[in-house]
Amino acid sequence: MSLMKRISLIFRSKANKALDKAEDPRETLDYSYQRQLDLLAKVRRGVADVATSRKRVELQVNQLEGQSTKLQGQAEKALSVGREDLAREALTRKSGLASQITDLKAQHAQLQGEEEKLTLAQQRLQAKVESFRTRKETIKATYTAAEAQTKINEAMSGIGEEMGDVGMAIQRAEDKTAQMQARAGAIDELIASGALEDVSQVGGSDDITRELDAMSSEADVEAELAALRASSQPQAIESAEDGGDILEAEPEKSAESRQEP
Amino acid sequence: MIIRVLGEGQYDVSDGALASLNELDAAVEAAVDSGDDAAFATALTALLDGVRTLGVPRDAESLDESDLILPPADASVEDVRELLDDDGLIPG
Repeated sequence: MSLMKRISLIFRSKANKALDKAEDPRETLDYSYQRQLDLLAKVRRGVADVATSRKRVELQVNQLEGQSTKLQGQAEKALSVGREDLAREALTRKSGLASQITDLKAQHAQLQGEEEKLTLAQQRLQAKVESFRTRKETIKATYTAAEAQTKINEAMSGIGEEMGDVGMAIQRAEDKTAQMQARAGAIDELIASGALEDVSQVGGSDDITRELDAMSSEADVEAELAALRASSQPQAIESAEDGGDILEAEPEKSAESRQEP
Repeated sequence: MIIRVLGEGQYDVSDGALASLNELDAAVEAAVDSGDDAAFATALTALLDGVRTLGVPRDAESLDESDLILPPADASVEDVRELLDDDGLIPG
């Protein structure tokens, strides 16, 4: 037997099993309608849940990309002051982030796909539930309990199949969302602990930034020193070569006081 | 003939188109039996494309039962085996 046929037979037997036989078959209609509304509410919650997960992943991508830009800046700065070792360190950390970002973007695309599928499922179910409600009222108004059974079966089988389909779609979306939430939770924890947000921090302080700051204040000092050399009497600088320690210590103090405000 | 693609909706397919779909279905079935995921993905894509091309999307308001039901486009061999298992994927 063909695959298509086998799946439909199993689907149908499931849908039939789900039908509750009430004493008055017309009551079955109301009961089924209530279940349809419940399922519709469940799909809406499902869409909202997936959207929440998607936004969370979006936020994480933004955070990691911000961090990546920061590391790129640090690498450029480090290289400009001739510290290739620091630049290498910053770029290494940046490449670690890049794989996280790629991974998150793939998750984002998947969640977006689930969200679209569930939204469409919601629209289809909504249309069928609305159609069922109209049919239900017609059957209840037109047919006696004895006559109604065939009409009820017709209406129920179509909606039962749709409900089975939508039920599966929700299940799949929930499974995927749950997997991703576990991973998103792990990344949130990393960001909260500072390991990713401040990936350049080792041992509680931002080592690359600290070194770069130190380097740039040294560079400032050198620049000022050069400016002083140029403006002051040449002989004074020449004579200072022996007492270089004192002259170097002085501008460092002034550099520290400059950083304070 | 009404064919449902799970997760996608129902299509009206003429009886004349069914022969070619049956061929595509046989390829899907063979892939499920051999457990070949790559062949399955290719065959399923071809089958679903066939249904979408040869069929006409059925009115969303319709309450009619499908004659044939197909797995969702992103299904794996394992998913189909679960579909075919009476205690499997389909919520009871």
